[in-house]
Amino acid sequence: MIRLVTVSGPPSSGKTSVILKTIDCLKAKGFSAGVIKFDCMSSHDERLYEKAGIPAKTGLSGNLCPDHFYISNVDECLTWGVSSGLDFLIIESAGLCNRCSPHIKDILSVCVIDSLSGVNTPQKIGPMLKLADIVVITKGDIISQAEREIFIFRVEQANPKAMIVRSNGITGQGSHELAIMFETATKQSALTGRRLRFSMPAALCSYCLGEMKIGESYQRGNVKKMSWGK
Amino acid sequence: MKREFSTIPFNDVLVAHPYAGDFLLSMGMNNFDRSRTLQQFVDCLQDDQLEDLGLDRLQLLEQFELFIGKMRELSNAPSKQVDSITIIGGHNKTGEKEQVRFTLKPGEVICVVGPTGAGKSRLLEDIECLAQGDTPTGRQIFVNNRIPDEDQRFSAEHKLVAQLSQNMNFVIDLTVGEFIAAHADCRMLAEPQEIANRVAKCANELAGEQFTMDTPVTQLSGGQSRALMIADTALLSPLPIVLIDEIENAGVDRKKALDLLVKEEKIVLMSTHDPLLALMGDKRVVIRNGGIAHILMTSKAERANLKELEWIDLKMTELRNLIRAGGAIEFDMRSHFQFDLV
Repeated sequence: MIRLVTVSGPPSSGKTSVILKTIDCLKAKGFSAGVIKFDCMSSHDERLYEKAGIPAKTGLSGNLCPDHFYISNVDECLTWGVSSGLDFLIIESAGLCNRCSPHIKDILSVCVIDSLSGVNTPQKIGPMLKLADIVVITKGDIISQAEREIFIFRVEQANPKAMIVRSNGITGQGSHELAIMFETATKQSALTGRRLRFSMPAALCSYCLGEMKIGESYQRGNVKKMSWGK
Repeated sequence: MKREFSTIPFNDVLVAHPYAGDFLLSMGMNNFDRSRTLQQFVDCLQDDQLEDLGLDRLQLLEQFELFIGKMRELSNAPSKQVDSITIIGGHNKTGEKEQVRFTLKPGEVICVVGPTGAGKSRLLEDIECLAQGDTPTGRQIFVNNRIPDEDQRFSAEHKLVAQLSQNMNFVIDLTVGEFIAAHADCRMLAEPQEIANRVAKCANELAGEQFTMDTPVTQLSGGQSRALMIADTALLSPLPIVLIDEIENAGVDRKKALDLLVKEEKIVLMSTHDPLLALMGDKRVVIRNGGIAHILMTSKAERANLKELEWIDLKMTELRNLIRAGGAIEFDMRSHFQFDLV
């Protein structure tokens, strides 16, 4: 049995820093934690985790959607966590398209967003933000108080249920709060049969399957066209 | 979950909850006949439309109920009445007990002093997260003489602390007027225009150089930005505690800035080593080795010295303005500062 937390968020939003600082706090309380990092092409974060003495694994999705790849491997990730005897397993996934929804029902789900990304961002992110249990807002230390308040308000509008934490990956602000929240994560031994909170974005058009030519006659499967009015 | 708002015509919801329109806006549901209920609308949505919204029917309705509930809570929230913040000592980096317990009140200015790395930020952070012996310092914070509600401790809308620092910038693409109005919108105030004018007027009084409502906030000078941030925090932020990480002498009238925050009944905590600012404070918390070493009350003798310091500051400002205007400083400094008179 292991406490499982999934962390997602747009690229460069600060997921790894937030996780590193939060694990520092968990360690100070006597807990052990491991991380599995999902990424696309390459990732150096495994080294960052190992440098901090945190057992880590990387899953590279290559030319697959990283979140589809992640959910196809999540059960084995948990098995790794359980067999390594850790108290916490944190799975970090990369939400590349802002529509991804890697959150699993009844598993503590965190979405990390960056307040530098603009006050309209909370409205632009799909279920990854709307259905998260915890929303972590990073990089707030370099914008004005008013912008922080506007950003938080927009996050509250997009996800009225979430707990919101302001975090600073450099100073570690917010990581104690997060550690306390992580301790509420439920213990799991397997994930088979659990459900996603929302479907992943639909794919499977001819371009998913390697088509390279442009034009209607080459487009098959799940194709959607922009609406141009009359 | 109880369906309260999604089962009555949307127009009726709007009458009592004008912010309901923001839900449609944020969901991108523009083509919605508002004489119908949200339930009716959602029932007619196609599956692929829901896919695009990123929520299923149940989640969408639930989100709406939660949205109205949350916005109602935010708009009815009484301004956060904090009568006192009490800090109960924990321990320093080497585990020695901090022998302190002190209380901060609205309208007070408290300076936090100590060398870099001594633990000033840690203290400010303990207050920010209302530590309950669960941070590295073991400190405990009481609000209004009691332990804050555990549920409320971690929710963003119950946060108490606004922050102002030299490192903060505006990044939003709005003019001053639009920016203040956007902030006032979040507060759901009845007269956003009136308050926007007050904030701008106040900021202009603090700033050395004037700016207009049409200036993009990203174009403001360092001093103007700082002035706008201070005025906005004083007048528009609902948070009762303001943490300031050094206001440097960059085109902002620091005395007026502090007076404004005090007048608005903020609890001001300021990390500073500037003698003028330090003596304007009511007390100084001295941090050493990660712990609170002691607390200094600003004494009568210090208050008396403040007058001289203000005089020197004023004279320095004159010189600064002279340099800015392209002048030369060749006249006698002893008489400029009137050293023989002091």
